[in-house]
Amino acid sequence: MLYLTRKAEFAASHYYHNPELSPEENRRLFGKCNNPNGHGHNYVLEVTVKGEVDPRSGFVVDLKQLKEIMNHEVLDAMDHRFLNKEVPEFSSRIPTTENLAIAIWNRLAPKLTTARLHRVRVYENHDLFVDFYGESS
Amino acid sequence: MKAYLHRRYRFSASHRLHSDQMSEEENRATYGKCNNPHGHGHNYVLEVTVSGQVDPNGMICNLVDLDGCVQREVVTLFDLENLNNRPEFANSVPTTENLCTVIYDILKRKFSAAHLERVRLEETMKNSFEISS
Repeated sequence: MLYLTRKAEFAASHYYHNPELSPEENRRLFGKCNNPNGHGHNYVLEVTVKGEVDPRSGFVVDLKQLKEIMNHEVLDAMDHRFLNKEVPEFSSRIPTTENLAIAIWNRLAPKLTTARLHRVRVYENHDLFVDFYGESS
Repeated sequence: MKAYLHRRYRFSASHRLHSDQMSEEENRATYGKCNNPHGHGHNYVLEVTVSGQVDPNGMICNLVDLDGCVQREVVTLFDLENLNNRPEFANSVPTTENLCTVIYDILKRKFSAAHLERVRLEETMKNSFEISS
């Protein structure tokens, strides 16, 4: 088994708001992140896939294909976007880094054919990042 | 759904690696430059990993609680201090291994809002130590 990690960057804005909570509760829970006008981050995404090395190609995964899937499923959908308003997953879920990692996993996992998705890591900034290993972990 | 959250903190402290159970020569041989009687310092980077189910607010735990706990229970204890003078090291050498263990034990006791998975401590860009649950 071999693990391969590919990184990508995207910039997006978001804010945190739970409609089931009062405005006061939202402000208390989410603090500055509750500002409805949003704020932004330069996210760094690390996608790790795992699999056996194909003896013919020497690849775990076709990197070009992985890059295209990441570009199409994540960057095209999220780069320079307002996550709450423009990414469908976040019409009903709060776009925290935790939920962002889960949403990216759910977008990528069904598209990968040769190698399996092992980990999605999302850095909101250098000092805060989340790992998701799928529902079965 | 279970996810893992990693958060990094910084503090600066000085220490001297010296064991009372060794002779002067043994101390110098074991700890090298780190045995300098006047001590030296590091900018430590502490990486705390917690895990848990993502709740309806999209969180494993509230970051404000984690930051508050780490700041109050760890960073304020050691930031801009001489580790050798701290009671935690009254009977042990303030190596980064021991500091990492001390921090893990403190957080295990004091932080209950999510499961403490790992404490990782960077002494320099080249050296880091970690303890997992």
